[in-house]
Amino acid sequence: MTEAGTPTPARRRRQESLIPAGPVRASAHVCMAAGCLSMQADTVFDSLCERVTARGLTDVAVKRVGCLGLCAAGPLVAVPEMGRMYDHVAAGDDAALDGVVDGLAGGEGGRQTATDPFFSHQVKVVLEHCGQIDPERVEDYVAVGGYESLTKAVTTMTPAEVLGEVSRSGIRGRGGAGYPTGLKWTTVAKTDSPQGKYVVCNGDEGDPGAFMDRSVLESSPQQVLEGMAIAGYAVGANHGYVYVRAEYPLAVKRLTTAIRQAEHAGLLGPRIADTSFGFDVEIRIGAGAFVCGEETALIASIEGGRGTPRPRPPYPAASGLWGKPTLINNVETLASIPAIIGRGAEWYSAIGSGKSLGTKVFALAGSVVNTGLIEVPLGLTLREIVFDIGGGLPGGGKFKAVQTGGPSGGCMPESLLDMSVDYESLAQAGSIMGSGGMIVMDDGTCMVDVAKFFMDFCREESCGKCVPCRVGTTQMYHLLDRITRGLASRDELGELESLAGMVRDTSLCGLGQGSPNPVVSTLRYFRDEYMAHIDDHVCPAGVCKMEPREAALAAGEVAP
Amino acid sequence: MSKPRLATIWLDGCSGCHMSLLDMDERLFDITERVDIVYGALVDVKEFPEDVDVTLVEGAISSEDDLRKIYEVRRNTRVLVSLGDCAVTSNVPGMRNQIGPAAILERAYLENVTINPQLPGPMVPRLLAMSRPVHAVVKVDVFVPGCPPSADLIHSVLDDLISGRVPVTAGVTCFG
Amino acid sequence: MSVLTLTIEGRDVAGQTGHTILQVARENGIAIPTLCHLQGLSDVGACRLCVVEVEGQRKLFPACVTTIDEGMKVTVNSERLAAHRRRIVELLFTERNHICSVCVADRNCELQDLAVEVGLTHFDLPLLSPQAVVDATHERFGIDHNRCVLCTRCVRVCDEIEGAHTWDVMGRGTEARLITDMGIPWGDSNTCTSCGKCVQVCPTGALFEKGRSVAEARRRRPYLPYLVAHEGRTR
Repeated sequence: MTEAGTPTPARRRRQESLIPAGPVRASAHVCMAAGCLSMQADTVFDSLCERVTARGLTDVAVKRVGCLGLCAAGPLVAVPEMGRMYDHVAAGDDAALDGVVDGLAGGEGGRQTATDPFFSHQVKVVLEHCGQIDPERVEDYVAVGGYESLTKAVTTMTPAEVLGEVSRSGIRGRGGAGYPTGLKWTTVAKTDSPQGKYVVCNGDEGDPGAFMDRSVLESSPQQVLEGMAIAGYAVGANHGYVYVRAEYPLAVKRLTTAIRQAEHAGLLGPRIADTSFGFDVEIRIGAGAFVCGEETALIASIEGGRGTPRPRPPYPAASGLWGKPTLINNVETLASIPAIIGRGAEWYSAIGSGKSLGTKVFALAGSVVNTGLIEVPLGLTLREIVFDIGGGLPGGGKFKAVQTGGPSGGCMPESLLDMSVDYESLAQAGSIMGSGGMIVMDDGTCMVDVAKFFMDFCREESCGKCVPCRVGTTQMYHLLDRITRGLASRDELGELESLAGMVRDTSLCGLGQGSPNPVVSTLRYFRDEYMAHIDDHVCPAGVCKMEPREAALAAGEVAP
Repeated sequence: MSKPRLATIWLDGCSGCHMSLLDMDERLFDITERVDIVYGALVDVKEFPEDVDVTLVEGAISSEDDLRKIYEVRRNTRVLVSLGDCAVTSNVPGMRNQIGPAAILERAYLENVTINPQLPGPMVPRLLAMSRPVHAVVKVDVFVPGCPPSADLIHSVLDDLISGRVPVTAGVTCFG
Repeated sequence: MSVLTLTIEGRDVAGQTGHTILQVARENGIAIPTLCHLQGLSDVGACRLCVVEVEGQRKLFPACVTTIDEGMKVTVNSERLAAHRRRIVELLFTERNHICSVCVADRNCELQDLAVEVGLTHFDLPLLSPQAVVDATHERFGIDHNRCVLCTRCVRVCDEIEGAHTWDVMGRGTEARLITDMGIPWGDSNTCTSCGKCVQVCPTGALFEKGRSVAEARRRRPYLPYLVAHEGRTR
């Protein structure tokens, strides 16, 4: 394994997993997703292989796997046979590395995943194979039942039966708006198009603090491809595109490998499972525009145009890519499909609550102990997610708010901690499910500053096509900026609220329409903080720097 | 009952709005009959008086002097009228906002001067960082856009104000 | 093609399948303000001035791209719509540097007309006063980015009518700017045919003919027989 010496990292060949010839008693799963990789997980992997070989452990495997979830505590190594997770296994940390090898040899140590609340509250459907399989080996995916659902669909089910299964599962789009997936599929399926149809996987994940899609693409790319192929079969499409942002090079690389391997293995391409159904997938890489996550902008971008949205209708289901009926689903939605087809709609719809069925992946970030990726049944409370799974705030910090839904979402205060996390409740609270970013904030956070941060994001990422979003978000940002500098008047707060309503009502696409949400929700739950900035020229959290009153008066910046 | 007290003031503008006011021609006689003109270019009064009913403000707020004056005007005026585009939008004076006062002064007092080029001393009011419309600094009650507003429009606004009506300028005049 | 009946502003009107609300409204003399729309060019629904209310729908719909439905009840003028339109025009004015009194298009400008039409008397929002340049490298024409409202009429007329596609948009948000070719000076463009259509369709003083001074812009729209500018509008 290691005789090759130490070639330069760029040239270095991919180290294969260390798999013993005989039965495996224990295996070390080394996380190779972007978070852990950035902390030299590849070196950790090499070291573990060396140490296992040196100890003569012949019935022990060392595997490269995808995301293990607890990103805050990386590099991570799991030993699933022992139900253990080792965190902070840093490269060169002999004690930590030996701890893992001891564990493989039967010793104690690490976290117990069965009892650790971070793991025990989770239900993994989308992330089922993340951290279990080597994302760069199709064999691994097949070994855990991968592509069985596709085979089952194309050989034993009619497209209408697949549609029915997805519809009955109750799954809704995991990219943001929560449109019923079955309904979307059925619309595309019903649209006649002799010139073909397309399935597009939206992997242009751009919300600040969100990394669900990235982890899925990095950890189980075949699962997404299988979901796409099943979708293609159901709606009558033979071509798929995965649109991934260029900022996710590892996801692009693993997806490229996955497509090549799946085609080589005959799992994608013409005549899947010896049927007349064929499906191929191409990758399109985004150029770094947040707006390209909006479906019509994404289509324009794939077509080689400027990534700007267009008015709907017509919806992509009727006229999408190259004018053909196009099914666009988010990575997570498509990654849920193989399980739904494999285990059935009833199994899936038994998870979750009310109109929000199934599981949802969230990226926990901010002031929370267990920063990382989690998958939970819909309907859990915010408190369970933040405190039980997330482990609460670090250093005994006091909870102030949790932001969901990215730049189109909202901030929920402590009083809503017992709210159920589902599409309807979040909307009622003035936020959205969004793609699944969840940012926890402590009492050192200024909510006006948070609103300003998101507005800055929106104005910068506005595509510039429609006036309300292009100029409205910019003006809202300037008003927020004045509030955070202690310069704004109550009249200006009125302007901010009026603009928020106007931008929501008149913007062309969902991103513009949703951009006032962080302002509206913070005004709803933290209005006193705004008033403190405006009336008393004080930032209660001590974050904003107030400008001296005298100087502002002399410059005509404020009215006397 | 005494006649309404009318003032006019000229801040950072070209005086074109005052010219347009004079363009009312014979209607001026009627207006002057109905009001007391207590301050402005037409009367020789040094200090802005107290208790003014209507003040027409021409020009943007560009200097510390403009700022001081407009605060004083606002304190002593019942109905403040922004007269013309400089007062309403900052118009031409506002064109310097994208360049900044330092560059403007340099161009005007150094680059384009052949004899004894020097920046203005303390006798000249200092420019503010931004030239702003009047309502960005104090509350404005009536807006009369136009560059300049026509004599007819100024007349109808004054006629309304003197008669105790609220003038409506939206949709009746060219904007800008 | 079948005939559909609907009501706009309480009036019973009829139109054909596929016709837009804007089309039917204007055929019936019902005014809806527009800016990015120009008959003869494709519609992009970008300026949002033509948004209307449709009974039973919470969302607003841009009349220029929304096709009519049987039984649709459309409201063109309401307090909410009037406030939104005034705000849109205000946003456009505050975005760049529109100094009408020194503009080539003064008194011949659709943005100025819109301000009157929506009843704008001043701006509540501050001017953003961005740095914007003038490109005068073309022999006969110039573009003053201070006056551009990004309606993209020039982009569309150049692409759809002239077939040159010299114009496009680069950048995001308020940083978005019109560009010629791949962002080179207009005078260096080798796709521009110097036809001048872009200048003729420009609603403001952004695109101008050289040699014309303040308030001297003349739009010779009959020069573009396939386009109807200002239809349904009076001034």
